[in-house]
Amino acid sequence: MSFVMATSPVKQASESGHNIHLDDIDRKIIQATQSGLALVSRPYDDIAKDIGISADEVIMRMHNMQQYGIIRRIAAVPNHYALGYKANAMTVWDVPDDRIDELGKRVGALEFVSHCYHRPRYLPGWRYNLFAMVHAHTREEALELVSRIAGLLGEDCRGHDVLFSTRILKKTGMRLIS
Amino acid sequence: MSQTSADMNDLKKNVPGELDKHLLNDFQYGFPLESRPFQKIAERLGTTEDIVIDRLNELQNQGAVSRVGAVFRANSIGASTLAAMSIPEARLEDIAAMVSGYSEVNHNYQREHHFNLWFVVTASDEQALNAVLDDIEHRSGLPVMYLPMQEDFHIDLGFDLKWT
Repeated sequence: MSFVMATSPVKQASESGHNIHLDDIDRKIIQATQSGLALVSRPYDDIAKDIGISADEVIMRMHNMQQYGIIRRIAAVPNHYALGYKANAMTVWDVPDDRIDELGKRVGALEFVSHCYHRPRYLPGWRYNLFAMVHAHTREEALELVSRIAGLLGEDCRGHDVLFSTRILKKTGMRLIS
Repeated sequence: MSQTSADMNDLKKNVPGELDKHLLNDFQYGFPLESRPFQKIAERLGTTEDIVIDRLNELQNQGAVSRVGAVFRANSIGASTLAAMSIPEARLEDIAAMVSGYSEVNHNYQREHHFNLWFVVTASDEQALNAVLDDIEHRSGLPVMYLPMQEDFHIDLGFDLKWT
């Protein structure tokens, strides 16, 4: 019944390829922080107490996880939709496989692209291998941004599609550990 | 500092007050990692820790801030994939709710396309990931297209919010 499953290797490598070993304490920290910090003066104190380590150690370990790319960033994460970015377009592109690294980097560097990924094709039903998320206030504004991506890709774009979201059915922070 | 009524009206039009704009835009990257982060933010914005905590609470309650904390890299631990289904209109509501019901599904969007349901599944490992996808196929009787990330081209620095 299913399409062929492409393997997605479980990565624990930094951008530079060094491995990091996450121990039980790191996992507990991830578990305790993945849905957000408490908005209190010393947000790491209760987390540390529950795990049985100091707040300084929680902070040091989070710093290490950031160094190794496990944590991409620490942020007050805005909800684009609530802030008026109602047009959420998943733009998908069919580009030559041997050009995708160069093209992906250029599309990913555009300031209005929030995510940019290489994903597998599923032929014949799905020909697109480059995904770029675009957030805009209106559909017209989003389509203008799509045409800028198309212009950047030029003749390397062999086809594209734009999938607007009509409903957000669920959106929570990523649950790495349940 | 309390929000003036003009600020509150602005918020309804998605134009937050100056302090809120800074809280929303300036800390999508480089949120201070230290024992009293809100104190640090307050120093940078020239206000007090209590006010920063109050405003972030309010922004979170309004839904303008989804959370304050770490953004983890997909696949950094565990396994995840984007998945899509093509569901007949009459069954979309039920199957979409069924998919959202999995704790492993953290994003689920209906989109205007032949593939009309798009969701992200994250699990502790590949085996657990496949078990969820198989279960969704089994319960819906429909195939799931798996599109796991092969390369991430975006340097994630957040998103420059614009209020016009």
